[in-house]
Amino acid sequence: MQTRLTPEKQVDLYYYMQLNRQLEERLVRLFRQNKVVGGVYSSLGQEGISVGTSYALEARDWLAPMIRNIGALLVKGFKPRDIFTQHMAKVTSPTQGKDGTSHFGDLKVRHVVSPISMLGDLIPVMTGVAMAGRYLGQNIVAMTWIGDGGSSTGAFHEGLNFAATQRAPFVLILENNQWAYSTPVSKQVPLRDLADRAKAYGIASKVVDGNDVLAVYETTKAAVDECRAGRGPILIEAKTMRMKGHAQHDPAEYVPKPMFEFWKSQDPIARYEAYLAENKIWDAKRKAEVDARIERELDEDQRFAEGSPLPSAELAKEGVYCEGCHTVEAQWERAKKEVMPPASCIDAIWKINEFGAFAAKQEHIPRQASTGNGMKPAVQVPASGSAQPVEVDIDKQPALRVPFGRGPKDRAFERERQEKQPPPKHRHRHKGRRR
Amino acid sequence: MPEITMLEAIREALFEEMERDPTVVALGEDIGVYGGAFKVTDGLLAKYGPERVIDTPISETAIVGAACGMSYLGLRPVAEMQFIDFIACCFNQVTNFVAKSHYRCGAPVPMVLRGPSGGGVHGGPFHSANPEMYFVHTPGLKVIYPSTAYDAKGLLKSAIRDNNPVLFFEHKFLYRRVKEEVPKTDYTVPIGKAIVRRQGRDLTILSYAAAVHTALEAAATLAKEGIEAEVIDLRTLLPLDKETILASVKKTNRLLVVHEDTKTGGIAGEIAALVCENAFDHLDAPISRVTGLDTPVPYSPPLEAEFLPSVEKVSVAARELAKY
Repeated sequence: MQTRLTPEKQVDLYYYMQLNRQLEERLVRLFRQNKVVGGVYSSLGQEGISVGTSYALEARDWLAPMIRNIGALLVKGFKPRDIFTQHMAKVTSPTQGKDGTSHFGDLKVRHVVSPISMLGDLIPVMTGVAMAGRYLGQNIVAMTWIGDGGSSTGAFHEGLNFAATQRAPFVLILENNQWAYSTPVSKQVPLRDLADRAKAYGIASKVVDGNDVLAVYETTKAAVDECRAGRGPILIEAKTMRMKGHAQHDPAEYVPKPMFEFWKSQDPIARYEAYLAENKIWDAKRKAEVDARIERELDEDQRFAEGSPLPSAELAKEGVYCEGCHTVEAQWERAKKEVMPPASCIDAIWKINEFGAFAAKQEHIPRQASTGNGMKPAVQVPASGSAQPVEVDIDKQPALRVPFGRGPKDRAFERERQEKQPPPKHRHRHKGRRR
Repeated sequence: MPEITMLEAIREALFEEMERDPTVVALGEDIGVYGGAFKVTDGLLAKYGPERVIDTPISETAIVGAACGMSYLGLRPVAEMQFIDFIACCFNQVTNFVAKSHYRCGAPVPMVLRGPSGGGVHGGPFHSANPEMYFVHTPGLKVIYPSTAYDAKGLLKSAIRDNNPVLFFEHKFLYRRVKEEVPKTDYTVPIGKAIVRRQGRDLTILSYAAAVHTALEAAATLAKEGIEAEVIDLRTLLPLDKETILASVKKTNRLLVVHEDTKTGGIAGEIAALVCENAFDHLDAPISRVTGLDTPVPYSPPLEAEFLPSVEKVSVAARELAKY
């Protein structure tokens, strides 16, 4: 794996993944001791995605985690105590016990939007974040995650389509962990690669091995750079496996055992440890230091959380409305006069370049590839291949031909297609004969 | 001062707020080049450009979600539902994401969601709705439903400047039917304050939106019969102005609530409970309601007329109440 990350930062990736895993293992123990109020939604086996994707963002960028993206919160600077206290519903938690799990954020400093349980809703919200950032001249990128299951929601479609029409600097990570609660991906989506959904929006997409943290990082970094340069949005499918049930209550007996065994061999942390050793990025001593640091930090924060009180009952009534408790301020990084008259004044008329008929009839108009909007077409990164996406020149790609097209090129295409195919065989039907 | 319609007053509020504050942006279906289905946003795009006046796909969830995301960075988006009926398409985004944001994670959502609502224009079951009570039932939102041009302008300005998500219902029957002189100077009308539209001693008629005008007409008829009805325009449904309601009931001792929304689950029931809890001893008669039928809003004129509260229905109920 080629990477531009320094050895220090490569060890950093391990630190966050292992911190993510050890934190969740402690949460499971606390759950069994009845110290967690709600559920624990394990991201075991998916740490490489949370960490690798969010590590590609800069401090000014925005993200919104999903329930299994605790690793992304850690990378963004939240502490294990925030996660512990959230799960244990303590008053010291970021939401003071009003919400649990990863459902918290920080708009001012860390630029983290709090998720909700309804899947897909973050996609339009982060599209708005991306649009506002661009409007204010901040040059930010917005990122969120969605699962294989959540990619079937209406909000996914509405949000990604709107992001595409706006060319929003927005990266969507589609974490395909094979299971939506108990339903396998094959029963949810009739696609091999969920990244193919991007084609419907005319945006670029990439597929990456989600259990290869460096590949995840490099792929995401390239996408973030593209978006920052104005070529967003981009959809990245990260293939992985949810190694536990939906949450602690679910033993996941519906998952075939060989499937678990296969994915266990793909464990992102074990693979990365081997990589770090093979490439001499670290030695046993350095690993021991990092592991000790993780234990120390978790010990301290767990102690803090367990020692924290629950909120007092009066808090239930507070905070429904913002009544001066928060300031709403936009951070302008461009001149305001650019968005005020006279600079903002335009002729309010549509400029229509393409009249909507069959493309073959309008050859004076430059053709666009199937990925549309002048965007780069879908690029796939092989599981263990180079992290650098393969650039495809769309102008050199054969244009999409439809068999019912009537233009000269479409007719030629259809003729050629028929010549290649043997004539269809006459099929006999024996209706009613089969018993 | 020339008289302007409620629609023009709303448009003025948008222009003035966008001029006053570059964080104010507008988004919705057909609001830009076309100027909106009712032309409320006409001219906005030409003046403020496509970065601030955004024509969206037909995606209500995306409109509300994006507005919420924009507000997180300090913008003050005004999102339009082409007809307020379509708010059902983004119910989840409004009630779960937007409404709960401040309470559960301290993230204020300073956005406005506005759109034409209400019946009386033969719009049929999908272009006539009054869905306000779904949202009055949702803590975290503010719900405004004005009845005059002056209030519409002043309340929309307040809504845009508020740090909370505000739903702003514009009764389309009133868009071009009510007219008055509206100041060109910057003014606001406070959210959460009802107003006494007509003083009276014999009974209180509480109402909002188009039904206020029905109530006022009925009150004029009743006055000829010697019944002096006090007419109160709620203007804001959430938060409700309990003081003004209770003060009037304590004065007249009789209460009639008139609204176009359906009877079951309409705000009249909530107000009745409020009055029973706080002013039961002041009542000389049972609380009475004149509301829309418990049906969808029908299309054909005689059916829709039957659905809507009318001057006749209000007068009959008021007479009964006065002589109880």
